Amino acid sequence: GNWSRLAAQQALTQDKLLEFDTFGNVSLIHITDIHAQLKPIYFREPSINIGVGDNRGAVPHITGAEFRKLYGIADGSPSAYALTYDDFTALAQSYGRVGGLDRVATVINAIRADRPDALLLDGGDTWHGSYTCFHTQGQDMVNVMNALKPDAMTFHWEFTLGSDRVNEIVEGLPFAALGQNIFDAEWDEPAELFPPFQFFERGGVKIAVIGQAFPYMPIANPGWMFPEYSFGIRDENMQEMVDQVRAQGAELVVCLSHNGFDVDKQMAGKVTGIDVILSGHTHDALPEPVLVGDTIIVASGSNGKFVSRVDLDVRDGRMMGFRHKLIPIFSDVIAPDPEVAKVIDDQRAPHMDKLSEVIGRTGEDQLLYRRGNFNGTWDDLLCDALISEREADIALSPGVRWGPSILPGQDITREDIWNVTSMSYGAAYRTEMTGEFLHVVLEDVADNLFNPDPYYQQGGDMVRVGGLGYRIDVTKPQGSRITEMTLLKTGEAIDPARTYQVAGWASVNEGTEGPAIWDVVEAHIAKQGVISLDPNNSVQVVGA
Amino acid sequence: MGTGALLIAGVPLRVSSATEDAIAAFTGGADVGVGDISLIAPEIAENGNTVPIEVASETAAEILVLATGNPTPGVAIFKFGPLSASRAASTRIRLAGTQDVVAIAKLEDGSFVQASSTVKVTIGGCGG
Amino acid sequence: MASGVKPRVKVPKTAAVGDTITIKTLISHKMESGQRKDKEGNVIPRSIINRFTCDFNGENVVDVKMEPAISTNPYFEFEAKVPEAGEFKFTWYDDDGSVYETSKSIAISG
Ligand SMILES: [Mn+2]
Ligand SMILES: [Mn+2]
Repeated sequence: GNWSRLAAQQALTQDKLLEFDTFGNVSLIHITDIHAQLKPIYFREPSINIGVGDNRGAVPHITGAEFRKLYGIADGSPSAYALTYDDFTALAQSYGRVGGLDRVATVINAIRADRPDALLLDGGDTWHGSYTCFHTQGQDMVNVMNALKPDAMTFHWEFTLGSDRVNEIVEGLPFAALGQNIFDAEWDEPAELFPPFQFFERGGVKIAVIGQAFPYMPIANPGWMFPEYSFGIRDENMQEMVDQVRAQGAELVVCLSHNGFDVDKQMAGKVTGIDVILSGHTHDALPEPVLVGDTIIVASGSNGKFVSRVDLDVRDGRMMGFRHKLIPIFSDVIAPDPEVAKVIDDQRAPHMDKLSEVIGRTGEDQLLYRRGNFNGTWDDLLCDALISEREADIALSPGVRWGPSILPGQDITREDIWNVTSMSYGAAYRTEMTGEFLHVVLEDVADNLFNPDPYYQQGGDMVRVGGLGYRIDVTKPQGSRITEMTLLKTGEAIDPARTYQVAGWASVNEGTEGPAIWDVVEAHIAKQGVISLDPNNSVQVVGA
Repeated sequence: MGTGALLIAGVPLRVSSATEDAIAAFTGGADVGVGDISLIAPEIAENGNTVPIEVASETAAEILVLATGNPTPGVAIFKFGPLSASRAASTRIRLAGTQDVVAIAKLEDGSFVQASSTVKVTIGGCGG
Repeated sequence: MASGVKPRVKVPKTAAVGDTITIKTLISHKMESGQRKDKEGNVIPRSIINRFTCDFNGENVVDVKMEPAISTNPYFEFEAKVPEAGEFKFTWYDDDGSVYETSKSIAISG
């Protein structure tokens, strides 16, 4: 109720959230995977995040109570709400929304008040993920981010705007667009528009920031939208760049990465000489950096929910120590920066009628969330919409890690629907697949998630399914993880030779046809009125 | 997510008789050892239709490249002339699915050595 | 002759005597593998470039036998010695008998 809400927020103040004993001579500010969330939202962290191979049981593959125990977080505390999933609805009602780039601006300004020359670094997945971002082809995000004055960024979903649009924006960007692994696909040479690194002189320290864009761009997203570019991890080239910047006098080497956490860990073990990796893509929020050799890896969450501050003591060309804080952006506690708030409102003003239209409402016990290795309730709703609106037996929905949550009893607006569906290849296709091919699809995606070698992990979660049940043993090799596939509407085993009607969206294939997923979901929600989903027990996970 | 691309995904295929035949045609049935040959290929292909590979050796006269999981395994034979500065070359190849790519070098002393690399070809989709 | 076949090469304009240089070549060509079928289910006949050579002043640098597994728009990268000023000659041989040629001269610096 209101009383507990007030009590919770009184215990939490802006000063307390920003409290930091300024340390050393260099400050880094990291924000990543904003996915175009300009305004405060709710965002539930995952309940299931399985690590495989050497990463089994290691952060970030720890959730809930285990996570709280590891970091000494009290149940029901602000950190429990920000970093774990239990009691999410109740805690959300107490602590309120998170994020909002006007609040992020306040935090950045406060850090800059302490350390005026702090470096602000954006890990990418910035120009994607909302109604306004889609309709302005990323311009809303570019305008708001420019107001925050970043020093550099790297990339992933940005490329799904198409290479012409990306090139156009990057050419006018007032800060560095970095990617040592962004190559010209035709001649296999570094792409001129994306320098590998940029030097900064801060606190008397020569800092090199090396960019690492998402390595699997043409695999995880439609390569035909940016055929001129090639990516990959390219850790040999990364080593060359580190050696080069060191030879040019860099005293601190920072890698602004969109590899995903486990890939960053593996890269840190292979490439020597990186002091700090600012990690993005897998949306993990960690209250402490992870150390690999002499490299610290910082993970700063997603959707504008967190900002990381890393203070460093750099002397005699060496990082001697660090102090770090993952700052949760509690929207009701941190005052919005009026200047950035105005820029945000200006971007949204022309679209407000469309954005704010209420399409439906969640039932009294119905939380909608996505984050996690398997279906969240938002995914269940999307799959239900695909099956009913596209008259399919089975639905497939991509295992993306973005998309805010909706609390029970909350209105679902058009903006909310776009926040979980917006993309430049959102056609909701309907096609025939054999049972055998469905198995191949599930095995293929599972191997991109559960391969024990992180360099084979593309950092998406498992494809979400509707109308289909299966058992997955994450410890098995590709081809034998997925068994007991069942067509839920009849309870019968999936027949490899039979053909099924499958609806899905976000196909990476060129020329995919169908109505836009947001329209499909809107039509479904409008018909339902109040959303109340049956619990989904159709995936049995083994070996976690 | 793909919608229906034809593919042969999964574990590397066993060396086919066509691959054995192609090797025998190149080596004349001689033994193939390990040694002065390297093959660089990506762990995962960005696009199975254009997979970058590089072969390199100090002393090769010729290098045969085979895609063991393709319907026909032949890819290329590189012969290095007197003005080649290194016995190395890069090209881009088609792979019909996850498989081993093999490079066999005929060295100047007439012996044969081989290297191989597994390249994963995936349907893709579902990014974070 | 296949239409739209356009060779492109990257060769440094100058080198010192005895230098090693990197050469990159591309040629636009669909490299029809002979394994694809058209909409009616008929096999589309093979039509590829089957050989590529690079020579310098009449001496060979590299000679490649190419199979249908070479990608569309064949790409090669390799290293050549430069013993003197002269001309690199690049030749691609098509299944249909066409021969595509281009050349680049290199000067000796300092
Ligand atoms: Mn992201
Ligand atoms: Mn990403």
